[in-house]
Amino acid sequence: MTQTRSPAGIDLPHRARSPQRRVVGRLLRNPPALIGLGVVAAMILCAIFAPQLAPYAYDAQDLSIARQAPSPAHWFGTDDLGRDMLSRIIWGARSAVFVIVMVMIVNLGLGVPLGAAAGYFGGWVETVVMRAADILFAFPGLLFVFFIAATIKPAILTWAREAGWRDLANSGYLDYAVVIIALGVIGWAGLARMVRAQVLAVKEREYVIGAQAIGVPTWKIIARHILPNALAPVIVALSMGLGDIALSEGYLSFLGIGLQPPAPSWGNILSDNAGRYWRMFPQMIWMVWIPGLILAAVVFAFNFLGDGLNEALNPELVD
Amino acid sequence: MGAFLVRRLIWLPILLFFISLITFALGLYGPGDPVQVMMGLHANPETIERLRHEYGFDQPFYVQYLRYIGNALQGNFGYSLVKYRDQPVGKLIADALPATIQLNLLAIGLGVLIGVPLGLLAGLNRDSWLDLLVRAFVIAGISFPIIFLNPVLTFIFSRRHDLILPAANLAVSVGPILPMVQGRWEGLLSAKIILPALIESTGVIAIMTRQMRAGIIEVMNEDFIRTARAKGLRERLVIFRHALRNALIPIATILGLMLGGLVAGSFLVENWFGVPGVGALTFDALSSRDYYVVMAMVLLIAVAYVVSNLIVDLTYGYLDPRIRKQ
Repeated sequence: MTQTRSPAGIDLPHRARSPQRRVVGRLLRNPPALIGLGVVAAMILCAIFAPQLAPYAYDAQDLSIARQAPSPAHWFGTDDLGRDMLSRIIWGARSAVFVIVMVMIVNLGLGVPLGAAAGYFGGWVETVVMRAADILFAFPGLLFVFFIAATIKPAILTWAREAGWRDLANSGYLDYAVVIIALGVIGWAGLARMVRAQVLAVKEREYVIGAQAIGVPTWKIIARHILPNALAPVIVALSMGLGDIALSEGYLSFLGIGLQPPAPSWGNILSDNAGRYWRMFPQMIWMVWIPGLILAAVVFAFNFLGDGLNEALNPELVD
Repeated sequence: MGAFLVRRLIWLPILLFFISLITFALGLYGPGDPVQVMMGLHANPETIERLRHEYGFDQPFYVQYLRYIGNALQGNFGYSLVKYRDQPVGKLIADALPATIQLNLLAIGLGVLIGVPLGLLAGLNRDSWLDLLVRAFVIAGISFPIIFLNPVLTFIFSRRHDLILPAANLAVSVGPILPMVQGRWEGLLSAKIILPALIESTGVIAIMTRQMRAGIIEVMNEDFIRTARAKGLRERLVIFRHALRNALIPIATILGLMLGGLVAGSFLVENWFGVPGVGALTFDALSSRDYYVVMAMVLLIAVAYVVSNLIVDLTYGYLDPRIRKQ
């Protein structure tokens, strides 16, 4: 720790560590959270450098080498069309990260402002937002996501064709939009509830009343003074929820509603390998457990990370 | 407490109205023309026009919605348009429900029987290696995707494995330990139900363990536990007579909420194991765009969820007298 000088030139004692640094410090001393952080970092690196890291193209087919067991040339083996599984899984990380980030943006963009407004203003704003969240909660989670995805998909495709974007409609990029909308529309409700509860707890604090008294604009009070102090549980819930988003994308693609082959997604890799071919070639269990374990590892990692963040942000919970 | 319940009862029909409206709007407007789906792309336009009129798809939205709700209230959820052409959706679901409910009951039962003791052990031995092990197990339970568990557990448990060790001149065959459902569904009393129920129960086990662990840790810090210890009760009595009862209240709540989920079949599990339940039915309907079936299922599950929530709120005061006084 370095010594700091005050403007007056007096030597100050050791400066207190900032809360952010204390949180990071506690997180780094938690082995499971570190493992989680490592897995997530590896996944993000795979997503960014997929073209450089993947030894083959994700859609390069070679029927003469179909369904090979893992070997030095193909570390994770090959699938039914002779595509290199390692390459598909690395590119799958890119799909997963893209979907996770976009869904997170949609969830945050809807959930945080709505929840904050409900908590801060109360009254009819609160009633409308919270009742809307109640309605969303009443729907059966995964089934509702599938229902939305299945019903909006034809609508989005028709709309794109009518707008003259035939190439876009046929490219498979709109599948990403379908997945992101379906998961985004659902996920904000939980966040909004949580943010509202936090804001309710924070808004009676002295510094908020002080800010109101000196005439700070409302949006600034919410953004500067309330939200930063209400964010800890949101960060925890979010990091645990990211694993669920990865899983839901996997399930959607597994069911053929999400990303379509040849677009690489861990879900459709699993559904190709487990759903169709594995029933015919049951001895080739590696076709299933490799992509399955990778999806599981990512969900694990986000859960570990969420647990670690929870303990790092709320040390008083852990005695 | 009373005012809260009155508000809940007033809110209930409004909630149901919005649920049905959203479901109907998505089901009707989302996928495009149902008649087109039914007849395929190359149907005769005149036939399509006639069918649209026959099914009432040419009416304004609110007329169609009101008619749908009116019929639904009388137990008529429309007819299957694709796979089971012209069979009433209500009958399809009623036929599929028993299998799903049996499977879910077993899954929840397994979840409680495994999860509650695990959580209790972990909570009472906090921060021991046992606790760490249980917590890792819980995270594993929510992390393994069902699409991974299905084939891998099937591979392990319902296949014959030949272990051949030439060095020891040994050849052993093991299994299949648990048979697959493939073929005929034999209900709750057949060994075929165990594997799908186990896979469905992983999530329940995780929830139960987590809640039980947190609950028992919280209760053990309460004043009445200190009092019980201070008056010299043996630890076993303290735990079973004083702590456990209080820690089980949230478990009862979760169970109540899960009862609503009984009618929701897991389509990943049911489809994989060939269980003829509503999950498999919904899966078929979703992939063949048979939206009346999906709409009815979404409605059914949402209503079951809302009603079970209400029941939980109503019975809460009986389970925990402290709440009644508030």
